[in-house]
Amino acid sequence: MTEVVFYFFAAVAVLSAAMCILQRSPVGALIWLVQVMLALGAIFILLQAQFIGIIQILVYAGAIMVLFLFILMLLNVGRVRATDIRGPAGVAAAVVVAGLIVAELRGLWAYTTVRLEHEVRTSAGALQAAYAFAGGQAAQQEAQTRGVVGGIAAPLFQLYLVPFEITSILLLAAIVGAVVLAKRRA
Amino acid sequence: MLLGPALGLSAVLFSLGVAGVVLRRNAIVLFMCVELMLNAVNLAFVALAQVYGVGGYLIVFFVMTVAAAEAAVGLAIILAVFRHHQSIDLQNINLLHG
Repeated sequence: MTEVVFYFFAAVAVLSAAMCILQRSPVGALIWLVQVMLALGAIFILLQAQFIGIIQILVYAGAIMVLFLFILMLLNVGRVRATDIRGPAGVAAAVVVAGLIVAELRGLWAYTTVRLEHEVRTSAGALQAAYAFAGGQAAQQEAQTRGVVGGIAAPLFQLYLVPFEITSILLLAAIVGAVVLAKRRA
Repeated sequence: MLLGPALGLSAVLFSLGVAGVVLRRNAIVLFMCVELMLNAVNLAFVALAQVYGVGGYLIVFFVMTVAAAEAAVGLAIILAVFRHHQSIDLQNINLLHG
């Protein structure tokens, strides 16, 4: 059952992404992109990342996409007459690049938890397999002991505290930068 | 567990985002394709977090923060460029062209 739902949302995501890059009107492309974000939120929930799924819908499909829509309306470029899609050379380049990436990453499709665990255990890297793997259920076990949100919040404010504080500086810099850039020079 | 299909979907979405960046000339649509690529990578992180533990979720958190900051600054730059050129078509923006 889970697999059927996963493949449904995967198909929705891929088709919407294709429509997004082929849609002539920027507003239409944006709406298709929101559809991709919503499908990905559903997939996150299927992959037992319920909190991230909700955040994805709130922050991505909600806030960031509305920001894009605001700019499109502010610039009044929503209705376009000439297409901005490049000519045959551009189409060929896009197909070649995308095809190369898919061909290169094709092997990912066959990955299973068992194979990944085997590769990590037999590789000579610094990764400690015993720490990384709890029978392939690490996130699930964490969620059972601490709860879905607690399992994310605890490491965020302990192990990852310094990166968390750095993101606040990043956001401050982004706010100041955006205001300075958007301010009309008198 | 759906690890392989999720990683495969992430690869397909990423390549679609790259194709969009190559294909389009509208600066805002270009930004949207970059967001699509960020989302594809987020999907890979979430899929692997099932196995590795919650570290992947936290990276997704930070990626979302960076994406929000990038969207704010990038759109402000597009706004400034539009005021200067009256266009956001990348073909018309060739200030650095020698």
